[in-house]
Amino acid sequence: MRKIYADNAATTALSPEVLEAMMPYFTTVYGNPSSLYEIGSEAKEAVENARLKISQLIGAKSANEIYFTSGGSESDNWAIKGVARALKKRGKTHIITSKFEHHAVLHTCHALKKEGFEITYVDVYENGIVRVEDIEAAITDKTAIVSIMYANNEIGTIQPIAEIGKLCRDKGVIFHTDAVQAMGNVPINVEEQNIDLLSMTAHKLHGPKGCGALYIRKGIRPAVLIDGGAQERGMRAGTENVAGIVGFAKALELAIAGQEYRREHVTAMRNRLIDSLLTIERSRLNGDRDKRLPGNLNMCFEGIEGESLLLMLDMNGISSSSGSACTSGSLDPSHVLLAIGLPHEVAHGSMRLSFSDDITEEDVDYIADRVKYIVNYLRNMSPLWETIKKNEKEGKA
Amino acid sequence: MAYSEKVMDHFANPRNVGEIPDADGIGEVGNSRCGDIMKMYLKIDGDTITDVKFKTFGCGAAIATSSMATELVKGKSIDNALQLTNKAVMEALDGLPPVKVHCSVLAEEAIKAALSDYYQRKGIDPTLIIGAPSTSDEDREDPTCGE
Repeated sequence: MRKIYADNAATTALSPEVLEAMMPYFTTVYGNPSSLYEIGSEAKEAVENARLKISQLIGAKSANEIYFTSGGSESDNWAIKGVARALKKRGKTHIITSKFEHHAVLHTCHALKKEGFEITYVDVYENGIVRVEDIEAAITDKTAIVSIMYANNEIGTIQPIAEIGKLCRDKGVIFHTDAVQAMGNVPINVEEQNIDLLSMTAHKLHGPKGCGALYIRKGIRPAVLIDGGAQERGMRAGTENVAGIVGFAKALELAIAGQEYRREHVTAMRNRLIDSLLTIERSRLNGDRDKRLPGNLNMCFEGIEGESLLLMLDMNGISSSSGSACTSGSLDPSHVLLAIGLPHEVAHGSMRLSFSDDITEEDVDYIADRVKYIVNYLRNMSPLWETIKKNEKEGKA
Repeated sequence: MAYSEKVMDHFANPRNVGEIPDADGIGEVGNSRCGDIMKMYLKIDGDTITDVKFKTFGCGAAIATSSMATELVKGKSIDNALQLTNKAVMEALDGLPPVKVHCSVLAEEAIKAALSDYYQRKGIDPTLIIGAPSTSDEDREDPTCGE
């Protein structure tokens, strides 16, 4: 059976080149970067080379603006909690974010609400894109930080980051973006886009799990989240994940080198599949078609439930994801799909596919064939679909 | 979350899917907002459930519990079917993940709703026979959603 891994927004396969770059730091250069003997200083050098490379790849002014962390969730927590707590004593008690952020941001904001912060959640509208004017209207003299994701993890929509960056710079408000999904897929330049803090992770771009970074613009000093040793210039304690950091830098370099190919090839494959699947009656594409990550497809099929579709796709060798309640572990469907205005019953029937560079025309045609078969099969046994068709016949919506 | 082999078998090869055009009792439970609807059709001859079919909108566990519930009542007496519990459905499926227990409750309720319809059609008040679902509170996930 054909096997297609189409859940690259969840995580990616480690690239063989990345693994090769990492290997020496598991086997021979295993020293602690804080140690003064040879394999310690070699490890330290590897970490600093990675830091410099990553800073250059995101257009940062200095390698000292890159702080390694355990990944996206830690970076998001640190950026928002760190800035909010540091600015609280200056009377800055307001945070602006959007309704469809990753839970690492949303739950961080919920935690800060308990500490007395006021949170504004801006709308993301039907196309899944925030409006800069909404953020402008929400900014007050108490606003500590604006946090808007670069691209959404479920529907892949790309936000107007440069415009938000400029607005925040003009208003003197700190701007953080969670770029976990966007990194390597779209051009990012923290200087040109006026980004003050940027969350990154390695495992979404064929790097290793458990390693990420936070870019912190020089002059901004978020409160420390992880106390301990003097690593990361006293800002983030803990022995460095040396192999992970080396792998992260290599993976980012490769991802950016392949960006153009991805924009052309993966987008074309993705669009071929969207067009094919939109021929299914009562189907819809979630989020803006053009302002979205190349590999992201998120669609709903009315009358069926997403987990059933996901399980049947798995039986056909296709790994996918769904925003249905059943896969979220709660009774509510994805907050992202509800934020773009989908009714609960439609959101339950969602499917997310996220492709990597290796996706082929044969793959997407196979997926289209299987999805059409399964949607039809599940609808045939769905009393909800029966009701939808009956209402259609009787001229109801 | 992982499903047992039996759940996957009943999901992949559901038994008794479909409708019975001249059913003697039809029951529908759940709602689309929560993501689960089960519809059961019963054919009853005398005291025996001679045929049963179902249609389900829902997750893997919803389909598997519907399928298993039909298997547990098919060919049985009405009295037998009235004693069906969500626990029996779960046990027959070698268990369900905790978040999916409510699917087994729905399956039990769907069978009972169809029997209730059967009695109503015969002019008999079903509440005297069927009463409230026999599920204990601890087994039951909060059935509300999206509120």
